[in-house]
Amino acid sequence: MSIRLQNIAKHFGTSRALEPVNLDIRDGELIGLLGPSGSGKTTLLRIIAGLEAADREPAGRILFGDRDVTNLHVRDRRIGFVFQHYALFRHMTVFDNVAFGLTVMPRKSRPTSGEIRARVHRLLEMVKLEQLANRYPAQLSGGQQQRVSLARALALRPEVLLLDEPFGALDAKVRQELRRWLRHLHDELNFTSVFVTHDQEEALELSDRVVVMSNGRIEQIDTPDTLYRAPTNRFVFEFLGDVNHLEGSVRDGVLTCGDARLAVDLADGAEELLLRPHEVELREAATPNAHMPVTVTAISPVGAEVRVELEADWLGEPWLATVRHADYERLGLTRGMRLFAVPRRWHRFPDELSTTKPKELESA
Amino acid sequence: MITLATRAGSAPKRVLPGFGLSLGISLMFISLVLLLPLTGLFGQLAGLSLAEYWAIITEGRVVASYTVTIGAAAVAALVNGAFGLLLAWVLVRYEFPGKRLLDALMDLPFALPTAVAGITLATLYSSNGWMGRLLEPLGFQVAYTWVGIALAMAFTSIPFVVRTVQPVLEDLPHEVDEAALTLGASDGTAFRRVILPHLWPALVTGTGLAFVRSLGEFGAIIFIAGNMPYETEITALMIFVKLQEYDYAGASAIASVVLFVSLALLLVINIWQGRFIKRLHGGAG
Repeated sequence: MSIRLQNIAKHFGTSRALEPVNLDIRDGELIGLLGPSGSGKTTLLRIIAGLEAADREPAGRILFGDRDVTNLHVRDRRIGFVFQHYALFRHMTVFDNVAFGLTVMPRKSRPTSGEIRARVHRLLEMVKLEQLANRYPAQLSGGQQQRVSLARALALRPEVLLLDEPFGALDAKVRQELRRWLRHLHDELNFTSVFVTHDQEEALELSDRVVVMSNGRIEQIDTPDTLYRAPTNRFVFEFLGDVNHLEGSVRDGVLTCGDARLAVDLADGAEELLLRPHEVELREAATPNAHMPVTVTAISPVGAEVRVELEADWLGEPWLATVRHADYERLGLTRGMRLFAVPRRWHRFPDELSTTKPKELESA
Repeated sequence: MITLATRAGSAPKRVLPGFGLSLGISLMFISLVLLLPLTGLFGQLAGLSLAEYWAIITEGRVVASYTVTIGAAAVAALVNGAFGLLLAWVLVRYEFPGKRLLDALMDLPFALPTAVAGITLATLYSSNGWMGRLLEPLGFQVAYTWVGIALAMAFTSIPFVVRTVQPVLEDLPHEVDEAALTLGASDGTAFRRVILPHLWPALVTGTGLAFVRSLGEFGAIIFIAGNMPYETEITALMIFVKLQEYDYAGASAIASVVLFVSLALLLVINIWQGRFIKRLHGGAG
């Protein structure tokens, strides 16, 4: 079911949690709401769920498909909601938790107890917890509890599934596993999902499209790929990954910053350039276009690449570069080694409105 | 370094200091304040034969006082159970001006001398008091009836319910009732099936404590009860009457009945609550 938000705003007292927001979510999409804490992402999710009412002024609308649900109570919206801290009913067994939504249905539409039993067991099978049906939540691990909470939310076969930081309280490995499993479930059961996260990796990995938010505003809505390659503003760029800053003044096509020099194709004046760690290349000698001496201060081989921390007199904050293991071995990197950084590509956001202009540099 | 190691090796493995001292002082305090007087009570009983003991505690007037006391205490505890739950709910779940004041007011029955409460209630509900003047023409006699007794008991024991339910309700996250609502439960169903089961142990404990407290209350009740034999005499008064007659053994005999009933009730509540809590924390129970 598609979800359409028109002009949804929210104030808590006098403080503004959401500026008027418009958002179109297509049927069957998996959408990630990404932002730092206080960006309004959870508020937006709770407004979609009906757990929070949007401001009356300006009058916004929420549509599920053709159905206007703006003034509908949460219990009548037919959504599934998964809470960050699971919110399981601790005095009920796993089975009773999952069955809850079915057992509170009005008597005339409620399935028979046999049907409920069968359906709950099917759900528990789906989340691979059928062995634990008679346990109490306190006897389960965090990951298991969150799976129970998912099964409970799916028991009423909602067409919209909303998840509030669903994996935030779990450790890295379980999180990874549950993410993959949610993606799988989403593709199989074909509902529309919206989840909130502050973890950019999670948003980029899981979502069809990501909604990046800050200060109650939507900054950008795009596919993970476009988002990473072409962030519309500086906030999005900085939020999506590690960033190295290079500040200096440009004169006659050369940016100077202390004893670092970089050939740039820009007008004279003060400039700030931003680089991702993988856009910094390390060499033993300077190139005609870039003379940027740095010292290696820390090396950590993490996964497929090696993270190298760089310092220099001309740098305010240390830079972070990622190099391939092959390059790491070829250069024979050690701490204290003096090298030259060569930007492969850089970004600049002269003001918040302009789009990014990644600049490819010819390596000499 | 070596001395440290040997000391650590020979000392008990407890990391938290002060166990022996603190437990010793606690036990001494309990012995002096709680156990010694109780022993004195049983010492008095030693002077009675079993037949005499039985005769004292089953005397007609005393048995009538049991009925009055237990009946009024039960009504007071149930009323407090309902209103105490409501008060705790209001204090935890809503924000309103004067909330802190209302919260502080809850402890007043604990802080106020019970005799003050008793006199206040008696003057308020007597036939020429503010409330009595209004209620009497309508046929409600509060002062000098068991209704007055129950009222005084409810007054002194309401904090037990509020103060036991309140922290448990504070621990219950809002998400739990929100979860019930997202699953289509009506407000009533969510309360009955999700919130109430959580509060149930605390509510029963609070109500039980209120009941036990009411069984022994004297000061607050005595002025409003009227103290008519067989009708509005409470058990605590019977003890007092015996004492005034210098019949210490008789007073102790009646007191021991109250003591046993209270202890038995507290024990039952504790065992039952323990089983419930074990389930919440992952036991099989």
